[in-house]
Amino acid sequence: MSTANATETLSLEIWRGGAVGEFRTYRIPMRASETVLDAVSEVQRSTDPTLAYRFACRVGMCGSCAMMVNDRPRWTCRTRVGVVARGGRLRVAPLRHLPVVKDLVVDMAPFFAKWQQAHGRFEPGVAPFRDFARVAPASAERQAADAGIECIGCGVCYAACDVVGWNPDYLGPAALNRAWTLMNDVRDQARRERLAAVSGPGGCASCHTHMACTETCPKAIAPTYAIAGLKRLAIRAALGVRP
Amino acid sequence: MNGALLAASRISALVLAVAVAVHLYVIIDAVQQGLTAAALLGRTHGNWAFLALYGCFVLAASVHAPIGLRAVLAEWLGCSGKLADALLIGFGILIAVLGMRAAWAVFAA
Ligand code: SF4
Ligand code: SF4
Ligand code: FES
Repeated sequence: MSTANATETLSLEIWRGGAVGEFRTYRIPMRASETVLDAVSEVQRSTDPTLAYRFACRVGMCGSCAMMVNDRPRWTCRTRVGVVARGGRLRVAPLRHLPVVKDLVVDMAPFFAKWQQAHGRFEPGVAPFRDFARVAPASAERQAADAGIECIGCGVCYAACDVVGWNPDYLGPAALNRAWTLMNDVRDQARRERLAAVSGPGGCASCHTHMACTETCPKAIAPTYAIAGLKRLAIRAALGVRP
Repeated sequence: MNGALLAASRISALVLAVAVAVHLYVIIDAVQQGLTAAALLGRTHGNWAFLALYGCFVLAASVHAPIGLRAVLAEWLGCSGKLADALLIGFGILIAVLGMRAAWAVFAA
């Protein structure tokens, strides 16, 4: 792994423990172009094999490597050390708002449970379409769904959203974004139930439009706009206006 | 918050936006013209347009403020539930009564 630019030292502070624990500092050669995930892996392979962290694809597809890097949630497999290190230091911690299993590993179960609560799944109904649904690529619904469909479920937005921290019932940006893509899917048969699920307490109305989710999403998705769409639908439903 | 509260919050915000803009315009205009309190009251006395505008202003504020406070109470102080809602409804009524009293006083002065 050694490269020509490995002259300085990177001081890597890594969270060790569970909900209670401490930051421990590891020193490895600074390589500006390697990723934060590479740096964490190097510590695990060269210094402390008991360090727990999670990754799978290493190419920004699986969404399993998200961590807090210098207090900001990021996908670590696509974040270069040189871009985020400050004065040769990096602080890596488990994602906010989720229970810590060990070191950098969080339990994603509450995150995905909220996707289910938000009806964040395609519902073909009891009598699914027999034929292909014809969806014009330029239609407003298709474009709205397209804007949010590439979510990799990394939880970065969930960790970035302060409302998630303040209100444990808040479904969060990712689940609501997924719900919005499905509200725009003409084949889905449970849009009424989904709208009810995202309009109640902890639903879209709890979003304060901080845009931290949109600012941090590594896939450049804008959950804030998806949630704004859900809010419009919720207001129309509350006023009895047909969608 | 649910859809109905969100709708109430948005509609009251719409009314507030207009009311605050008119309110600011009136203040600036009155100051620029150097109107005295007596001259101002002379214009507002018996003025139904004034009462209608400020009546809407007060009602919108009494709907909007408690809904916003509700989120602040729940998220920052962990205070929610029936008791919190009852207090907030009381607060909304208080704003409405005090505001209407003030608007009426200026109208009837
Ligand atoms: S826009 Fe809404 S969901 Fe996104 S960070 Fe802000 S409050 Fe959270
Ligand atoms: S919306 Fe973006 S940040 Fe949130 S889970 Fe999906 S990909 Fe990750
Ligand atoms: S390891 Fe798969 S997205 Fe980072």
